[in-house]
Amino acid sequence: MNVTVLDRAVARETRVSGAGATATLRGIRKRFGTHEVLQGIDLDIPAGQFVAIVGRSGCGKSTLLRLIAGLDQPSAGRIAVDGQENAWKDVVRLMFQEPRLLPWQRVVANVEVGLTHAESRTERRREAQDVLAQVGLAGRERDWPAVLSGGQKQRVALARALASHPRLLAFDEPLGALDALTRIEMQDLIERVWQEKGFTAIVVTHDVTEAVALADRILVLDGGHVAMDVAVDLPRPRRRGDPQAAAIEGRILDRLLQR
Amino acid sequence: MKRILPWIVPVLVLLAWQAAAQAGWIRPQVMPAPSAVAEAAWRLSRSGELWANIEVSAWRALAGFAIGGGIGFAFGMANGLSALSETLTDSTLQMVRNIPHLALIPLVILWFGIDEEAKLFLVALGVFFPIYVNTLHGVRSVDTQLLEMGRAYGMSERALFLRVVLPGALPSIFVGLRYGLGIMWLTLIVAETISASSGIGYMAMNAREFMMVDVVVFSILVYAALGKLADSIARLLERVCLAWNPVYAKG
Repeated sequence: MNVTVLDRAVARETRVSGAGATATLRGIRKRFGTHEVLQGIDLDIPAGQFVAIVGRSGCGKSTLLRLIAGLDQPSAGRIAVDGQENAWKDVVRLMFQEPRLLPWQRVVANVEVGLTHAESRTERRREAQDVLAQVGLAGRERDWPAVLSGGQKQRVALARALASHPRLLAFDEPLGALDALTRIEMQDLIERVWQEKGFTAIVVTHDVTEAVALADRILVLDGGHVAMDVAVDLPRPRRRGDPQAAAIEGRILDRLLQR
Repeated sequence: MKRILPWIVPVLVLLAWQAAAQAGWIRPQVMPAPSAVAEAAWRLSRSGELWANIEVSAWRALAGFAIGGGIGFAFGMANGLSALSETLTDSTLQMVRNIPHLALIPLVILWFGIDEEAKLFLVALGVFFPIYVNTLHGVRSVDTQLLEMGRAYGMSERALFLRVVLPGALPSIFVGLRYGLGIMWLTLIVAETISASSGIGYMAMNAREFMMVDVVVFSILVYAALGKLADSIARLLERVCLAWNPVYAKG
């Protein structure tokens, strides 16, 4: 094996196992017109943690996620990923609420959108096929996105995000539009790839059950602040309907519904 | 059976027409029998006159379309992508659009005489606007969510254009293309009929001078066939280029 190949292999290894990135937020504010959605958020997210952000609609949870993903700029405050205040875009990927696949590109080409680092065309194709297999879509490479179901489209979107080996993967209610069973399947899939790849995961969701099923830590956003910071210290894989999980869920719901 | 059904009425009309002409109910100076038209077609294609004229007309049509369509596409893209370019040129173009291009024929004859330039100019001008308007609309209606996705994934401006903007605008561009093809033939027919020394329109006007009604009718049919051919090619292109879109994939 010559040296460059070895380097490349090592580079991929570090990208794959590369563990998660830390995220540090200090005094984050975001204003739209006169309305201040986020009023000073301070957060430390350690590498590899699975964080869920819940809150009522309009509480700014998606806004916060977009700031972390670098899609918008905060009105005030600083964000650092892995200690870097700039140039973290390649480290972070956002999975949108909608799949946002290019309808004019076949499934495999859509995954290749995430493969900006791959050297050659054949390598891109091979990597894209690998990732598709990981999300359970082997054999669907040549399909048009239009023929896929909603859940399959989100799987392709997940494959696209994974293909770029993110060290922090942000999810903006990616399962909101899916039916109940497909949701559970997708949750299991997300948990599995998170455990395999070790990236830091931040999921925004309005579904408290989903948050408790997936996350190590749940942040409740209310009035532009982090109103609650709950550790979910339950063993994985978590069984749905677990009484301890139900207790945590109840506490969070009480806070959200002001009971 | 399903395939034959749509053809029954046209065939009956053709038969009735032939019978009426043979019975002497329709004077041949007004409308020649279908067989006479077919004879004229045979005569003209044997002598090579037909092919020479089709070649001249097709060249005018395609060259004018390429020039007008190319400029329309370029302006549509530029104005769709750049606000500055749009502010500078769009209102001017919209003003010019309100002039019926066929109204310029007297002026065009004064400028270019009855040479090739006159026809190219008219066809190009006629084709320009449908292509321009639809390209601009296509670029504008590209899904902003996809643009954001592309940027978030670090696509360069070039990649963004080639992978997101252009394919996203393509369905609308095809609408402009097919509309432009219709205008292309219409303009050419008018231009060739009024002033030309070759081409299908010239063939028809020349035949009129000698009262060869069969050739006139045949020329009209040739125009129809050429128009249909152009539209079929555009449809085929649409099916190939828009195969991803379930609306076009089936047709």
